Amino acid sequence: MKHVDEYRDGNLARAIAQRIAAEAQSDRQYRFMEFCGGHTHAISRYGIEDLLPENIRLIHGPGCPVCVLPMGRIDDAIRLAAREEVTLCTYADLMRVPASGGSSLMKAKANGADIRMVYSTLDAIAIAEKEPQRQVVFFAIGFETTTPPTALAIRLAQKKGLKNFSIFCNHVLTPAAMQAILDTDNGVEIEGFVGPAHVSTVIGSAPYRRFASDYHKPVVIAGFEPLDVLQAILMLLRQINEGRCEIENQYRRAVTESGNAKAIDEVAEIFDLREAFEWRGLGEIPHSALKLREAYADYDAERRFAMETKPARDNPACECGAILRGQKRPQDCKLFGVACTPETPMGSCMVSSEGSCAAYWAYGRFRQYQNEARKAS
Amino acid sequence: MNKHEPGGRKLDLRNGRVELSHGSGGRAMARLIGEIFYAAFDNEWLAAGNDQAAFDIPAGRMAMTTDGYVVSPLFFPGGDIGKLAVHGTINDIAMAGARPLHMSASFIVEEGFPLAELKLIAESMGEASRAAGVAIVTGDTKVVERGKADGVFISTSCVGIIPAGLALSGDKARPGDVVLLSGSIGDHGVAVMSKRENLSFDTEVLSDTAALHELVAAMVETAGDAIRLMRDPTRGGVAATLNEIAHQSRVGVRIDEKAIPVAPQVAAACELLGLDPLHVANEGKLLAVVTCEAADALLAAMRAHPLGAQAARIGEIVADEHCFVQMTTAFGGGRIIDWLSGEQLPRIC
Repeated sequence: MKHVDEYRDGNLARAIAQRIAAEAQSDRQYRFMEFCGGHTHAISRYGIEDLLPENIRLIHGPGCPVCVLPMGRIDDAIRLAAREEVTLCTYADLMRVPASGGSSLMKAKANGADIRMVYSTLDAIAIAEKEPQRQVVFFAIGFETTTPPTALAIRLAQKKGLKNFSIFCNHVLTPAAMQAILDTDNGVEIEGFVGPAHVSTVIGSAPYRRFASDYHKPVVIAGFEPLDVLQAILMLLRQINEGRCEIENQYRRAVTESGNAKAIDEVAEIFDLREAFEWRGLGEIPHSALKLREAYADYDAERRFAMETKPARDNPACECGAILRGQKRPQDCKLFGVACTPETPMGSCMVSSEGSCAAYWAYGRFRQYQNEARKAS
Repeated sequence: MNKHEPGGRKLDLRNGRVELSHGSGGRAMARLIGEIFYAAFDNEWLAAGNDQAAFDIPAGRMAMTTDGYVVSPLFFPGGDIGKLAVHGTINDIAMAGARPLHMSASFIVEEGFPLAELKLIAESMGEASRAAGVAIVTGDTKVVERGKADGVFISTSCVGIIPAGLALSGDKARPGDVVLLSGSIGDHGVAVMSKRENLSFDTEVLSDTAALHELVAAMVETAGDAIRLMRDPTRGGVAATLNEIAHQSRVGVRIDEKAIPVAPQVAAACELLGLDPLHVANEGKLLAVVTCEAADALLAAMRAHPLGAQAARIGEIVADEHCFVQMTTAFGGGRIIDWLSGEQLPRIC
């Protein structure tokens, strides 16, 4: 497959891995956070950890939109879908996310709520057009990558004069979360970030500058292919070894410094910053999420249906919060692989394929035993 | 199916639709069965018109299996629900190393389903069963109200004869054994997906649906009881089948990603849809676990058959109390191959 195979080439991988091994100083530890779930997934799926020396540790960040959505918002969506007139359209990923009282969108659907899985915002628009008697609500989640498509849907609804379409807006912002991680002293020192891939295609590399200037943390923006990740790790390693602290762009084939101006403008036109938003595991983060501007209030499900988020508590044994903060690893959670599996997730990190727990479960859990065996011998 | 001389008007096979009366046991049902199913399946047992088929069986062990088919859409590139219902059930018999003998077919048809499509499906089944040499000797038809089914659902059962001395079973894999795969993976799932509503994309990928019993016969002739077990990786793909084998045999499996054949179009479609070809369904492929000594000869025999031309040695069985299926990725790292979580694609077969 052209333009894909090149970025998964085993020979190139070996060559970069050898350089990493040669340049990593054996007397110290390196701790890098890959922010995005897409990177976490690539690291697990291609077994990248096997190609790294033991003193380079990758900390899986909170960049999985499903994982950071607080339970209260899922509860909101379920209450919304329970309304007679509402058809809730959602990406399939959200269906199994645990809600309060052991519920989930999947269970709500089985109980009769009109919840439909869609592949794009345009599918939701099509449903609203086809079924004018239904109030069609799109469950909008995701980082800066998925916000422009939501903006597009609102524009389209406006153009078509749809009165029965609205969105339940949960779009969140990456740099705000990165900053929150650095602002919180949680005992995990992160020395550098493998920076977002798709998010950066939209926002560009400029918004990360403050992490180098104010926090002295290097960021290397990287693509989601395994060679991208490996190369970004080498670039971070070099910055640390050379005492540099810069925003570097490994993903030049897609990311520019200023990003996608058209998308940025359109999002700014339709969305406004929220004062604060709750992130699962990270708590309330100021200016970390978007809401619809007053001019687009007609498309805001929260206003249209007078929605009010009630606080919800996660299962106390679930370690998703600590895992999202990089303090714990999936295998440190007592529920992992016992009560919590992808079939019966207790926490959101086990739901999305980009979640640390799901990725570790699906691809990496043999390592636990490998390490035990190594220690034993 | 009962023999009948219904009289009355012929079915309108061009524009007509299935009505509730076509399943009610009366004259209309006799018409439907006669004009569509008898005509398409055409064999002496069915023509006898009894509630069951009676036939002689040779001495030895028999294999029996049954399977339901609810694929959506009913017609997809490279096949249709009818062909699938014949091949899939024959393959389940063949995986015991058995020679399929006869099969049954039961139809649940939704009111309003076009007769022309039902005829196409029945003809496709007849063609597939004749090509395989496995007659559809008995059957049943039910019609349900509109909205209570989706077009047509088919159940088929099959009986077969197991050659003397052969006892393949999922619990027989042993460390040191070799895992062979009969050809490229993921074709069926991608072909069906390409025609799904709101997912449709253009691809030249055809379903690999095929009856594997002749390939199996050639394999049994070459390697006999050196074959520990065979499985056809349908729903859940190669990943699910290897996990079943690992758990049934209480062993681990190690495979090499580079050795697994995947057609470029299938790889591209999976990339686009975010799927792992290892989880995508096949309908004309098999996995065989064989002793190390017999592996080369068996692989050669598979490659000599048209349905095994791309056969490959993809890995081996290892001792592992955790029963992990592990893969060395083409990238050079290691990972688990797990069962698919949740539904990747409902109603694939």
